[in-house]
Amino acid sequence: MVTIDARGVYYMHLNKRIRQALKDGALEIILKNVNGQRYIADAIRGNFSFSIEGVPGNDLAAYMDGPHIVVKGNAQDAVANTMNGGTIIIHGDAGDTLGYAMRGGEVFVRGNVGYRVGIHMKEYQEQVPLIVIGGKTGDFLGEYMAGGIIVVLGLPDDMEPVGNYCGTGMHGGVMFIRGNVPDYKLGREVQKTTPTAKEQHYLTGIVSRYENYFGLEEKTVGGMSFTKLAPVGIRPYGNMYVKF
Amino acid sequence: MGFTKRPTFRVERDSCRCIDCGVCVRQCANEVHYLDIDTKEVLCDSTNCSNCRRCVELCPTGALAVWGAPQETSGNAAWAVHDIRAIQAQANSGGILLTGMGSDRPMPGYFDRMMLNASQVTNPSIDPLREPMELRTFLGRKPTVLQLDDKGKPVDLPPQLELDVPIMFSAMSFGSISLNAIKSLAAAAESENTYYNTGEGGLHRDLYPFGKNTITQVASGRFGVNIDYLNAGAAIEIKIGQGAKPGIGGHLPGEKVGQGVSETRMIPLGSDAISPAPHHDIYSIEDLTQLIFSLKEATEYTKPISVKIAAVHNVAAIASGIARAGADIIAIDGYRGGTGATPLRIRDHVGIPIELALAAVDSRLRDEGIRQEVSIVVGGSMRHSADVIKAIALGADAVYIATAALISLGCHVCQKCYTGKCNWGIATQNPQLVKRLNPEIGARRAANLLRAWKHELKEMLGGMGINAVESLRGNRLMLRGVGMMDSELRILGIKAAGE
Repeated sequence: MVTIDARGVYYMHLNKRIRQALKDGALEIILKNVNGQRYIADAIRGNFSFSIEGVPGNDLAAYMDGPHIVVKGNAQDAVANTMNGGTIIIHGDAGDTLGYAMRGGEVFVRGNVGYRVGIHMKEYQEQVPLIVIGGKTGDFLGEYMAGGIIVVLGLPDDMEPVGNYCGTGMHGGVMFIRGNVPDYKLGREVQKTTPTAKEQHYLTGIVSRYENYFGLEEKTVGGMSFTKLAPVGIRPYGNMYVKF
Repeated sequence: MGFTKRPTFRVERDSCRCIDCGVCVRQCANEVHYLDIDTKEVLCDSTNCSNCRRCVELCPTGALAVWGAPQETSGNAAWAVHDIRAIQAQANSGGILLTGMGSDRPMPGYFDRMMLNASQVTNPSIDPLREPMELRTFLGRKPTVLQLDDKGKPVDLPPQLELDVPIMFSAMSFGSISLNAIKSLAAAAESENTYYNTGEGGLHRDLYPFGKNTITQVASGRFGVNIDYLNAGAAIEIKIGQGAKPGIGGHLPGEKVGQGVSETRMIPLGSDAISPAPHHDIYSIEDLTQLIFSLKEATEYTKPISVKIAAVHNVAAIASGIARAGADIIAIDGYRGGTGATPLRIRDHVGIPIELALAAVDSRLRDEGIRQEVSIVVGGSMRHSADVIKAIALGADAVYIATAALISLGCHVCQKCYTGKCNWGIATQNPQLVKRLNPEIGARRAANLLRAWKHELKEMLGGMGINAVESLRGNRLMLRGVGMMDSELRILGIKAAGE
């Protein structure tokens, strides 16, 4: 285990030190006093684990493939950008475009997230990415989503879990939003149904993982009714063109 | 009320020459030719002829010819035939008109109105057959100050691409063109020591061996982008825009996403591959910086990062922002740039000529004192070596070619790339058609083209009394304009012929 104090360290130097520590054989890295440094664990591949104390900067875990990251604080924009594998547990809120084009791995956020979360999320063969958000999301959740799973728990109960234009351009994957989503918030390419029994069972598992990760009492997430959002078709713009 | 589809071209069969051998029947994916089972005669129906000329070229007896079909309406000076046909097609379908390749409209070209200089009497020209002529080009950020270590080697030099000839193959994705076409270009780039570009379609596993001659592309859809992909090439290009479709994204239709394309793009079989117009994480120069440095971090600062944009009205200011954002190379694609599929109206009406864009960008970066911080690569209908040399004289470090490269592989510019029925095995994923293009022969032909242009570049350089391409870069005194307005000459930074 290696501990790195990030206080006042420029991101390029911090990330160089992290890479060096991994090359030197560290499997577990604790980063203390992180304060906005970008690109932590960018394109890191392997079975490593990171514990981040403070607020990591943009592009945390971009292109990452494998590591397990726990953020003891909030995260900023573009967490898990084009991530291929691994797990990220965020004990706070996260910013915009979390999970942009994410192809694999899992992100659990205890609190709220910003705009355009899960945009362009994809899946490929056994790689099915998962984003679980404890709180609410901004507009454009799952825009152009092409694969993967997004779960929004909408805690605490008294707020609307998603913003406007949810699922615009969606052509793959699935979203489960706790409670109801009014039609006016949905993109045209999305259809609203209720989860099957199998999906409901899956969601129960997701909820208990969420509760475990964040040390919540079981059944914090009461009233387990979810709305399922799925694409109308895999070719949303197939009929838009005429060959000339 | 509908309009029946009428032929745009007419296939003529010289019955004196035709021996009913059926080569044309087997070669035409558009099913223009057919065998009449009763009479055993080979006949044709021109309705779906794209004028790709495959049948004409392969007919063993020279019995075939393809002509423009006499139209059912003749059009007039105000309403051309293609305008009328477009309205009919849209009235039938309600769809956006889709087309392929670069714009074919007779818009003014500036390369053709710029003439090169040559030495006479006072400063001798150089004979490249007898004297060394340097075309080697380095692309990447150049340091403001050169620091040397005790052995005289530069310290902390930013990563550079090294090219033996200032011509690279422009971005064409696996999906828009066939794997054999990409293999041809990759092998040609390797043999001539230059680069080809993957486009946004990921990198097929067969192409990893060509890594040192590969530029991988990252676009808004992030298809096939993972750690291996980012590290596979010599440089990474962020695609913001494309000359054939500035301001809009790309849709690879699901029917082209077969097994190979699915694996390479890492998306399910048969699903649309949608690259939206903007990168949804880029709304400012600062956001672009973020993406550039995420890629630099991912590759540990070992590869130059290029940013490709379409030539648009404020291109100079945009390029300045890109240079300041940390890009090592700016690729600019002019309004004649090609594509596998694009909405017709966007292709023909959006963007500006590459010559003007290039001159404006080069001037702007010089004025701001940051020209050395970034290399400029331009594309968008570089038809021959003279276009290349004029682009360099206007300020380009190197050029991208794509249409010219495809023509070297057999493309006949029928502009029907988007149908996926390319009879030359280039813009198709149909295995029967793809195997018509032998990648070894293709590589040889594309390499021949580069070598031929290289010789011509040397001849023209020598004629100007210049022995290194470095000395021509941005040397606009070597250009004179013919038949241009003052404003055009001013933007191009060149004098009128005779001045």
